[in-house]
Amino acid sequence: MWYFVSPQIVFGEGALDALDDVRGARALLVTDVNVARVGLVDKVTVHLRKAGLAWRVFDAVEPDPSTETALAGARVALEHEPDWIIAVGGGSVMDAAKAIWILYERPDLEPADINPMVDLNLRRKARLITIPTTSGTGSEVTWAIVLTDTAEQRKMSLGNRENTADLAIVDPAMVMGMPPRLTADTGLDALTHAIEGYTCTWHTDLTDGLCLDAARKIFAYLPRAVADGRDMEARERMHNAATVAGLGFGNSLASMAHATGHALGAVFHIPHGRAVSLLLPYTIEYIAAEAPERFADVARLLGFGCDDDPEAARRLAAEIRRLCDVIGSPTSIAALGIDRETFAARVTDLVERAFNDASLMTAARSPDYDELQRIFEYAYDGTSIDF
Amino acid sequence: MSIKFPSDEWIKQLSEHLNGSPSYEQSAKNWEGDFVFIVEPDEAYAETAYLYLGLYHGKSPDAMQVSSPDEKEAGYIISAPFSSWRKVIEGKLDPIQGMMTRRLKLQGDMKMIMRYPKAAKEIIACTKLIPTDFGD
Repeated sequence: MWYFVSPQIVFGEGALDALDDVRGARALLVTDVNVARVGLVDKVTVHLRKAGLAWRVFDAVEPDPSTETALAGARVALEHEPDWIIAVGGGSVMDAAKAIWILYERPDLEPADINPMVDLNLRRKARLITIPTTSGTGSEVTWAIVLTDTAEQRKMSLGNRENTADLAIVDPAMVMGMPPRLTADTGLDALTHAIEGYTCTWHTDLTDGLCLDAARKIFAYLPRAVADGRDMEARERMHNAATVAGLGFGNSLASMAHATGHALGAVFHIPHGRAVSLLLPYTIEYIAAEAPERFADVARLLGFGCDDDPEAARRLAAEIRRLCDVIGSPTSIAALGIDRETFAARVTDLVERAFNDASLMTAARSPDYDELQRIFEYAYDGTSIDF
Repeated sequence: MSIKFPSDEWIKQLSEHLNGSPSYEQSAKNWEGDFVFIVEPDEAYAETAYLYLGLYHGKSPDAMQVSSPDEKEAGYIISAPFSSWRKVIEGKLDPIQGMMTRRLKLQGDMKMIMRYPKAAKEIIACTKLIPTDFGD
């Protein structure tokens, strides 16, 4: 027994028009200052005006949002009493908006109380709309929330099926201005979702096809979207693929590249997509040494495969590195500009964090502490895993 | 020789395996909180059984079958029918997924458990080391 959850999804050119039909009195727009500065919030409020909604903007969401930010947003919501929470932004904004919504509905809860086992009884005050402005996170369709506990300098994986958005609006107009670096980072995040959603031990019949097709589209269209941001077809296909990957991994789970990538991102302040995708080939090589079959499936679907499963899995890892090279994304920790002494001083911290990350539990091969350290060391040097 | 589940001998075996597992010790080195596992009756098992497992800083100081959940103070109580426990032990039901779908019901601080997913996985790995007799 398992669940498949999804918002209603409106996608494609003109999807923002769906906001014209939203019924209610007030909305709280959750966003960040950059999204607001480049005019993407204005693209949304045009439609809210047509719908007759009053709105207030909370634009204080920072990258890797903190629990304090979520609580601050909830206080604004409690003052404004919105019928709708509308997230306009990337993964950080959408994660924060989910937490703000929950804490608005349930001011008796602390952020750390948001877990999959509790009854939240949401939707008594408001509902949630997610509008992604990057093509990668998938947060518009998942129930996952990642907040940072600033006191402990720890990322907390939170969320509950109930806090899945009611409506996700996936409109390519919201990503046309993404710069190449952001396009690459977020696109590689989506690729990591697709591959881990298919290969983790929580994969399901209902998510396999989504993950595989998302991986195929990302390999085909990400290089084009990075090379030419005006390539409308590539932009739209990438935007859809990120959402499809979100549906896939959001209903299975992420795995070891996320566990190690979360650690790398937290310790060295590396953007999420760059961190997880850098580590993805190494984790594939490690896991596939004992469980290559599903990686080989992906490789064959993408046209990199061969009859021998372990070899096909290794080819998949190599092709991911090649894709990273093509779009200018680093494939080793050293290439991130981290010197060896700094890395050595923090490697224990990396291992500790990865070892206790929830995403590690779905890896088909479970590393011990020493193996995790070796994986990070190999990834520092850019050496393929051979153990 | 197989060891009957649930039984005092079985939970003591689990405790021994945990104490011999470096992976468990590493993953639970800061864990504080004992468990009572309640095995509820179903069509495959007619009785109710209570298994207490002490867990502290990566070790299991003691373990025993008890006659009620109140006999030993425990921060966490997980209850499930016999057949669900069997699926967990046989690796057919992930315990975290089991709790998320309410097939395993938890009383206790869930947010603490979510901070130690690797430890949960290591406990299940240790159950698989026990040659278990499910009374078939």
